[in-house]
This record gives sequence, C-alpha cells and structure tokens, in this order.
Amino acid sequence: MSTTRRLFGALFAGALTATLPGAASAQGNLTVYCSVQEEWCRPMMAAFERATGIRVAMTRKSSGETLTQIRAESANPRGDVWWGGTGDPHMQAGQENLTVEYRSPNLAQLHPWAVRQAEQTGFRTVGIYAGALGYSYNTTELARRRIAAPRCWADLAKPEFRGEVQVADPNTSGTAYTMLATLVQVMGEEPAFEYLRALHRNINQYTRSGAAPARAAATGESLVGITFLHDAVTQRVNGAPVELVGPCEGTGYEIGSMSIIRGARNMEQARRFFDWALTAEAQALGAEAKAYQLPSNRNAPIPPQAPRFENVPLIDYDFARWGRAEERNRIIQRWEREVRAGAR
Amino acid sequence: MGALSLGRVALLCATLGLLLLPWHGLEGGVAELAAWPGGAPAPLLALLVTGARWWLWPVALLVGVAALPLLRGRAPRTLLTLAGAGIIVWILAMGEAIGLRGLEWQWLAPLLGAPPPQPSLGWGALFVLIGATGLLAAGLAARGAFGADAFIAFLVAGSAFLLLVFVFAPLTTILMAAIYDGDRFAPDALATRLTAPEAWSLACLASHQGCGVVWNTLLLATLTAVISTAIGLFFALLAVRGGVRAAPLFRAMTILPLITPPFVVAMALIVLFGRTGMVTTALWDWFDIPRSRWIYGLPGVLLAQVLAQAPIAFLLLDGALRAISPSLEEAASTMGARRFRVFRSVTWPLLKPALAAAFLLGFVESLADFGNPLVLGGDFDVLSTRIFFAIAGARHDPGRAAALALLLLALTLGAFALQALWLGRRRYTTMTGKGDSGLPAPLPAGLRLTCSLVVWPWMLFTVAVYGVILVGGFVHDVGRGDMSFTWRHILTAFEVEWMDGIALRGSAWDSLLTTIQVAALAAPFTAGLGILLAWLISRQDFRGRRTLEFMTMLSFAIPGTVVGVSYVMAFNVPPIELTGTALILILCFVFRNLPVGVRGGLAALAQIDRSLDEASATMGAGAVDTLRRVILPLMRPAIITALAYSFVQAMTAVSAVIFLVSARHNLATVYIVGRVEAGEMALAIAYSTVLIFIMLFVVLGIEKLVGRARIGRRAATEGRLAGGITAGAPTAPMRAGA
Repeated sequence: MSTTRRLFGALFAGALTATLPGAASAQGNLTVYCSVQEEWCRPMMAAFERATGIRVAMTRKSSGETLTQIRAESANPRGDVWWGGTGDPHMQAGQENLTVEYRSPNLAQLHPWAVRQAEQTGFRTVGIYAGALGYSYNTTELARRRIAAPRCWADLAKPEFRGEVQVADPNTSGTAYTMLATLVQVMGEEPAFEYLRALHRNINQYTRSGAAPARAAATGESLVGITFLHDAVTQRVNGAPVELVGPCEGTGYEIGSMSIIRGARNMEQARRFFDWALTAEAQALGAEAKAYQLPSNRNAPIPPQAPRFENVPLIDYDFARWGRAEERNRIIQRWEREVRAGAR
Repeated sequence: MGALSLGRVALLCATLGLLLLPWHGLEGGVAELAAWPGGAPAPLLALLVTGARWWLWPVALLVGVAALPLLRGRAPRTLLTLAGAGIIVWILAMGEAIGLRGLEWQWLAPLLGAPPPQPSLGWGALFVLIGATGLLAAGLAARGAFGADAFIAFLVAGSAFLLLVFVFAPLTTILMAAIYDGDRFAPDALATRLTAPEAWSLACLASHQGCGVVWNTLLLATLTAVISTAIGLFFALLAVRGGVRAAPLFRAMTILPLITPPFVVAMALIVLFGRTGMVTTALWDWFDIPRSRWIYGLPGVLLAQVLAQAPIAFLLLDGALRAISPSLEEAASTMGARRFRVFRSVTWPLLKPALAAAFLLGFVESLADFGNPLVLGGDFDVLSTRIFFAIAGARHDPGRAAALALLLLALTLGAFALQALWLGRRRYTTMTGKGDSGLPAPLPAGLRLTCSLVVWPWMLFTVAVYGVILVGGFVHDVGRGDMSFTWRHILTAFEVEWMDGIALRGSAWDSLLTTIQVAALAAPFTAGLGILLAWLISRQDFRGRRTLEFMTMLSFAIPGTVVGVSYVMAFNVPPIELTGTALILILCFVFRNLPVGVRGGLAALAQIDRSLDEASATMGAGAVDTLRRVILPLMRPAIITALAYSFVQAMTAVSAVIFLVSARHNLATVYIVGRVEAGEMALAIAYSTVLIFIMLFVVLGIEKLVGRARIGRRAATEGRLAGGITAGAPTAPMRAGA
C-alpha cells in the first residue's frame, strides 16, 4: 500500500505543479482556438511566439465544435482569437454577435475575395486562405472499371457511378453545405435539386466529416469523393492514386477565416496576432505544414502543389446570402425532405 | 462525534474562510496573493468592511449567530440547522443574482440597485460553504437524525451537496433547454421535439427511407446485447465446463475492451473489412466475392460493440457458471437425466439472472457508445451521435439536442428499471453453508461443438483486430496497405530531444501528460467518494437514502455529450467558474464514474456481514472507527478495482470531455478525435497503442500489487451469496467507447 501512496503522492505533486499557471510573459498571453489541422496550428503558434514574445495557449478543434464552445462560453469568454476553419461558422459567430469588429492595417495586402468577405461581415471576420470545392477520384479504381474520367458535376450523376460517390452530410459538415449552395448558385435552385436527386442514387454514404470523402477516395473505399480540393491534395502528396477535378460548370469555394472573440481577455495581443496572421510570412507557413490552400495575402508564396484558382472555374460565391442562418436552414431542410428521404 | 464538537470544527472552518482566505477565485494564480488583504485576494471580511460586497453581510451575521451558543458549549438544533442552510442558500443565490455583468436577476433591482460585478467564488467561499454544511449537519444530528451521529450527518449532507451541484444542477441546466425555443419559453416545443418523426418514424418498414433514430438505437442495442451475451455464454461454457486449456487466455481477453481507447477498434475494422480492406481484397482476389461497403452502418457498429461487450458478458457468465453448485446437476443425472436434459432443465435456468445482467449491461453500453457509431455509422444514425451533431454540427439546435438526450435518458433508465424488476423478485441461491462436493457436469457433445465453432473463430477475429492496431502504428499507411515499417508516427507524437535536459517535442506529449495527471487525480476521489457513499447507503439508516442512491446512479445514465455540454453551460460563469481548468475535467470524471465506485462498494459491503459492524459497535467503537478499522480493510479489493477502473475510464472517455478540454489542458482522446477527423488513422492508431500499453501497465500493476479479488468466493462458501451473480460480477460495469 505504501508504494501506491508514494506513487499517487508523486503524481499529485506533479499535477499540482502542472495546474499552476505558467510564468506570465512580459508581452502577455493569448489564447487561440485553432480550427485547421494540428500540423499547421502548432508551427503558426510557435512562429508567433518567436516573432512577438507573446505566450500562446492553443486548442485545436473543428470549426463546429469551436463555435459551440464559443457560444457556451459567451457570458465569460475564455478564448481570444479563433483562427482557421471554414468561413460559414465564423460568419455565423459574427451574426450572433460572438465576435468583434477589427480593421487590420494589413487588409490592404489581401486578395479581393478576402477583403470582400471582411466587408460583407462588417469586419468581424477576415479570410486567411481559400480552397475550391471539387472532387477527387481514385485512378486505380477508375481504370479497373473502364469508366471515362469525370470532368463535370453532371458526370457524377451518370448511372456508371452508381454507389461510387461519397460526400458529407450538410447537417454536420460545412463542406457539404458549401456544395449545396454552390450547385444552387451554378444551376439555379430547381435544377440543382433535380441534379441532387439524381446524384443521391449514386451516393454510397453521407459522411459526417467534410474531409472524410477525400480519404475514402484515396484508399479506394469510394471511387469519387466530393471535398475541398486541398484535402485531396494532402492525400495525393502522401502518395495516394487520386486525380483532382474542378468541375467544368464552375464551383464554389470556402474562405478559411479568422475572428476576434467578443470579450477577449487579451484584446491587445489578439489584435497583434490578427495583424501578424495576415502577413505574407505568417501565411507562408501553411505550405510547410502540408496545407495546400490558397493564402489570402497577395505576396504570400503559393504552394506548388496547391490547386491554382486559374485552372478551376470559380463562381462568384455570394457569402452574404448563403452564410445566413435562415437561408442555410431552409436549403438543408429542403435537401433533407426532397433528396435525403428518397430511395437509392 | 457529537453535534457540539462538529459544530465547533465547522465554526472554525467558516471563520477561517471568512477572515483569512481570498473570497473570490484568483485569475492570475498565486502571484496575486501579494495584494492581500486588499485587491483581488481580499477575504470576505475586508470586502464587507469596505462595502464592496455589502449584500453578503447576512453570511457573516449567520456565522456570528451560530458562534455564540457553540462557544458557550451548547448546540441548539434549530438555530444551527437554519444558520447552516441559510448561509449556503444565501451565498449561492447571491452568486447567481449578481454576476460578471452586475445584476442578473432584474426583478431584484429595487432591492439591490446596481451592484458592481461579482466574479466567481474562491477558497474563502469554499471554506465558508464547508463550514455551513458542518453547522447544518450538527443541527440535524442534534435533532436526532442520522442516529445522532454528527459525523455521519456531515458526510451525508456533504455528499448530497456535491451531488446536487455536480450532477443535478448541470442536468437541469441542459434539460431546461428542451423547453425553450431560442430565448422563448415554449413547453409545447418539448412535446413536438419528443414526438418528432426524426426520432420515431417507421418509414423503413414500408420504403427505402431510414427509420427514426430511437428505433435505430433500440435495434442496435438489442442486437448488441443478444449477440454479446450469446458469445459470452459460449466462451463461459467452454472455459468452465468444456475442459479447454485456453481458459486463462479467455480471461486475459476480458481486459482488452477496458483498456481500448475509443475509435481504434472501429478503425481496425475498416482496415480489415472496408471495401479495400485486407480481408475484403483477399476474398475478392481468391474467390471473386464482390467488394462492398457492408461495414459502414448497422453491421459495422454492431461488430465493434460486440467486440467490446462479449468479453464483459463472458466475465459475468463465467462467474455465475462457477458459482452454480454441482450438487443439483449431480442429483439430476443420478435420477437418470441425460446430459443435455440436465443442462436444459437445471443449469440453464440457474444461469438466467446472469444472462439478464449481461444482456442489460450490453444494452446500456450500446446506448451510451459514441465512438463506434461516429466512425462506422455511415448513414445509420443513433441517439448519441445525433445529440452530438445537434450541438456541434452545422445546424446548431440545443433544444433538439436536449429533447433527444431526454429520450436517451429514458431508454437507459428504462433498462435499469427492468433489471431491478427482473432481479429483485427472484433468488437463485445454490450455494449453501454445507461443503460442496462433486464435479460439474461436462457439456453435452453437441453443445460443446457449437461453442467451439463460435469461440475459436471469434478469438481469431479478436486477435486480427488487435493485431492491426498493434501493427498499424508502425507502418506507413495501414489503410492503403502500405506496410513498410516506420517510426514516423510514433516520432510525430512522442519525439524526445536532448537540449539542456529533456525537451518533449512530439505533438502528443501535452495531451498525454495531462491525461495521466487528470486520470490519476480523479481515480482516488472517485474511489473514495464512491465507497463512502456505498457505505452510507448500505450501512446507515436515514431518510432520503433512496434519493441519494438514485442521484449517484443518475450520472451513469446520462450520455457523455450531454454531460460535457451541461458542464460548460453550468460552470462557465460565476458563482462556480471552472471551465478552462483541469479541475472541471477531474470533477467530470469523478461524478461520471462515481456509480461504479458506489456499485463496487455496495457489492463488497453486501459480502461483509453486519455482525462485524455490530461487534465493533459493542466494543465501543463509533461509526467512523468501525469504517476505518473494520470495513475499509475488508473492502480493499473493491477499492482497488474502483481505482483502476476510474483511472482507465478517465483515459478513454471522449464524448463527455470534448467540450471541456482547453488550451492548457487537452486530453489524449480529444487529440485522437482530431487525428481521425483529419484522416490520419496511422497517427491515431499509434497514439492508441501507446495508451493501451500505459493502461495495461497500470491495470496489471494494480492487480499485482493487491492480487485478484478473492473475497467473493469466501463469502460464497459462507452461504450468503444471493443470486449467484454478485461473486463473479465485475464490480465495474463499463462504458465502452463512451
């Protein structure tokens, strides 16, 4: 028994020292909620610490989970900056008055699409990267089936792709919602739902996570996976036999965003992070972390593997309209009723 | 302990909190103490004198009123009771009424005006609250409640207070959301939500559409329970009656589900049976069996849950089968019954309660499971995942989540009620005080063959799954079949560098160290409080005993996601502000795993005869002395089991803590969820392997330290084993993957 007691004693002492707050830094502290992949979050925070001497505490969670947490904490916010993750939840947070307006002096260095998003949200959020929607297919599986390579949205609704397409569920994934909104904008609402009903017969699974179909296409679990193209690039760089497609009818895109949380305890440090994250140097870190999105700073280098927007026919995505909660609920509920409920 | 001495100790404690300790929580840590007795760490007395907290004067007055008679050596019952209760109610009510933004309860404005903001309660308040509980208990004991034992009164009042704050209050907070539509009070919304077709639709019977999520959940839970009980039974029959030498191997297998982190089994199943999985590809190459995605959906989730539950069922049934005295069976065969008939008409009926227990445990575990449906569910949705996505998904709707949580809660409580009904009425005692002799009847040949046909393939399957897990962390990409050896994943997670001492560079170190610390801190509190409550419930007689027992069991029935969100909602704002600390994680684990400690304690206490208590009491020992000198030493195995169980459970819980982790305190499982989301299965599997080894080390170490619990057998031969289940039952029902 004495051994146990000593063991627990040691653990207890260790835990006590761990719960003591870290030594306060002269430059102050900052808490960041990070919603991109871990490999990107960590070097970003380390680089910011080196650049400013501000100590960063960072939590990585998906954007949906982060929004939930910010909502739950709204009476007494714990985080200062929410960095990364698809734009819709950021815009939702802005609408719910969970984030605050901030006009960074570095806005001038950004691509027009990023500035437009900031204007549309009353400068409560700003774009830090963009990624086009599209799909990837597994070349090995395609060759095995002797199907012609798909190029457009329309191809995926063809009978030879029966049970071979995977996409996320818009109820749980922002990626899938972006697809719904994109198709409605490309085709018009009625034809888009006509198309979705046809596509529904070819879907093998509605996944919960937006990036999962890219993985499924990479392993051959599914022939085609509809995702943001940068997720598919990650798989290709890792050696998976996948080909990327920016559909010929045109496609939408997400703007990965950043917001300052209302009531941030370290407002000054939060603003410094905000300014710094918009610089070309900070955005260059993405490529090193195997994140192949397009940076929002015009001077930031574009990773050579990134799907260039010039080769992808992008539509003029109306973030203001499709980011609104009522519009989102209406479209998702209609999809649920008319598409999801149908037979496959 | 008498009422007067408890009252005096409580008074001391309250005075300490009132005069010395900082009343409010310290945001900046120990460094802020320098400003004492002014500034942030000011004690309540200083705050009262300066008028900054004038609304708390009644607290000081009540302490004073209680002090006068106590110092004169009297313990007036009504006065103490009222003073104690008054202090607690006043502090908490004022904490709710005046928050961070000043006055929160606007209807009090005429009385309170516009008070300054009031941050969360700190050490001073904690001591005053403890003292107040002591005064309350002293008052109650002076009235003659709790056998006039003031210490028992204090323990009951204290644990009831804790349960109210950490189980009942968060639950109420979130269930309130079910009757609100946005900010509008709408009881009719609850009815609509509870009867929504999303939950109850029967469309799948008539068309291709999916059925309501309640039916899905029930179907999955029933299938999991039936199949895992059946497999467990086959294993148990073969181990106890089949004369196989591999029985120790079976028992070793029972440890696996306990120490397996969530998601990892599901990932291994995909690697094996996914459309490009190893087994699928082999079958396709050799036998031209077409590849399909059958694993995503009901079959996959079912398989993963049965993998976790079958060993538990085995553990239960193995114990029950061993406890059946052979004499009855011998009697039957002496009277000329054939072997199969003996089995059918004697052995089988005696196994029934254990079968029911295994079935219900599998049922409840399946309801609570979150990890497996998340990874393998495909289009097949169950309540636990639906609740999660109603809260964290693209369509945020806390009201819907709360209503679904109510449905899940109802299912779980229903299962428990059924179990109580089933087992409460019958007795299946076969062990008597007379020494047993005779040999258990061997299995009928046909049955033995059936058992072998199920058991050996299932063993092979288990080995394959865990083999994939073991290998997966050390090859490039097990999912794509790239099986070349690499340290890459382990290095990413656990790289260590020598730079003026050890520098932990790996990305998983933070979460791993926090997880171990939190688990190690939560374990002793879970075991301690659990055993204490078990002792109070089974050995002390007081009013409200049933309510106390129900409250301890309640947290077992609440789904993890609901617990997590309710904790954030309840403890993010004053008066009790805990989010972002390691404490909230520890508290969450303690109260979530508490039922296990209590159940284990109750089972162990049932085997210790009351005559021992009575003997101790006759010789003049008080209740506390008896507990310390007689009961606790006898309960050592139960304590150790509770310790090991709560440690391991804290390391594998995910749904409850996913919203509670913070930047400084991240947990291993939440880190793994992130890896799975990003599709980095190899890293997730590598991390899981490390966790498995740590937990294996802890569980085996503890077992080595104390030896396996043998106390059950002793009690059995003393002829007090009721039902045949208590002895073999694991004192720890587990919550796989939750």
